Amino acid sequence: MKISAIITLKKDVLDPQGKVIQQALDGMGFKDVDEVRQGKYFEIDVKENDPNKAKEIVEEMCKKLLANLVIENYKIIGTQ
Amino acid sequence: MKSSVITFPGSNCDRDMDVALKKFGFNNIMVWHNDSELPKSDLVVLPGGFSYGDYLRCGSMASKSKIMQSVINFAKTGGLVMGICNGFQILVETGLVPGVLLRNKYLEFICKNVFVKLNNKDNAYFKNLNKDVLEFHIAHNEGNYFCTNDQLKEIKDNNQIAIYYCNSEGNIDDQYNPNGSIKNIAGIFNKQKNVLGMMPHPERMIDQSLSGEDGSLFFKNLINNIK
Repeated sequence: MKISAIITLKKDVLDPQGKVIQQALDGMGFKDVDEVRQGKYFEIDVKENDPNKAKEIVEEMCKKLLANLVIENYKIIGTQ
Repeated sequence: MKSSVITFPGSNCDRDMDVALKKFGFNNIMVWHNDSELPKSDLVVLPGGFSYGDYLRCGSMASKSKIMQSVINFAKTGGLVMGICNGFQILVETGLVPGVLLRNKYLEFICKNVFVKLNNKDNAYFKNLNKDVLEFHIAHNEGNYFCTNDQLKEIKDNNQIAIYYCNSEGNIDDQYNPNGSIKNIAGIFNKQKNVLGMMPHPERMIDQSLSGEDGSLFFKNLINNIK
């Protein structure tokens, strides 16, 4: 079963990469952008077929390795 | 005095550290990341470099490697563990020291000499040093120290800030902050002060003709403190 998770920076954490992307967009003519925040997306294929158990496994992975909870949040966004 | 330098895949300051430690009298051993047992040591050093290619987050993979469990146990029983640059990033990922190191504020890799002001000398690393401002070298892309407000209060209350970025006179000001670190923080201790993580490289300042001697002062003093 494939679980998708995203990791995003917490609100108060400075995201210099997002800022530069926003400036580039601005330079390209996308003038309506207030803010860009960059994150990470993971697709993890686990052997578990029960969606709830599979989610739990990936959540554990997020807590222990994929996200640093000092600065990042994680969210399981899909199972398939 | 025995020291161990851990080599991770992608470490590149491990040999410099080995040279520095030996120059000032340590009997140093290089330890591979995939070993599980730490040799008997008075000091363990996590060196600079780009462990695991900085994948995911700098230091995150290395913090989970086999040897780190022994290093964490060593630190928790009071052993001296020093992480330099990528080693500092590894330390924050283990949770041995609080906070995290983000991309530099202006997204540049910074490679230059900086001055740092010692904030706390009541520890094995800086005790008896007769200077309060040292010139070290930095070379990093992710050295922007960040922590939550609660953590900042806690590290201040426990006097865990080790060094600040400053000018040659020791003035700590935003204009001497190379990477955007909160409060100009360049290095911090754990609560017990036996674990030190810092971005600057003392091992690059051990030869007058190549760089400078403030690293020599640091290592000479360190071995005397441990003896």
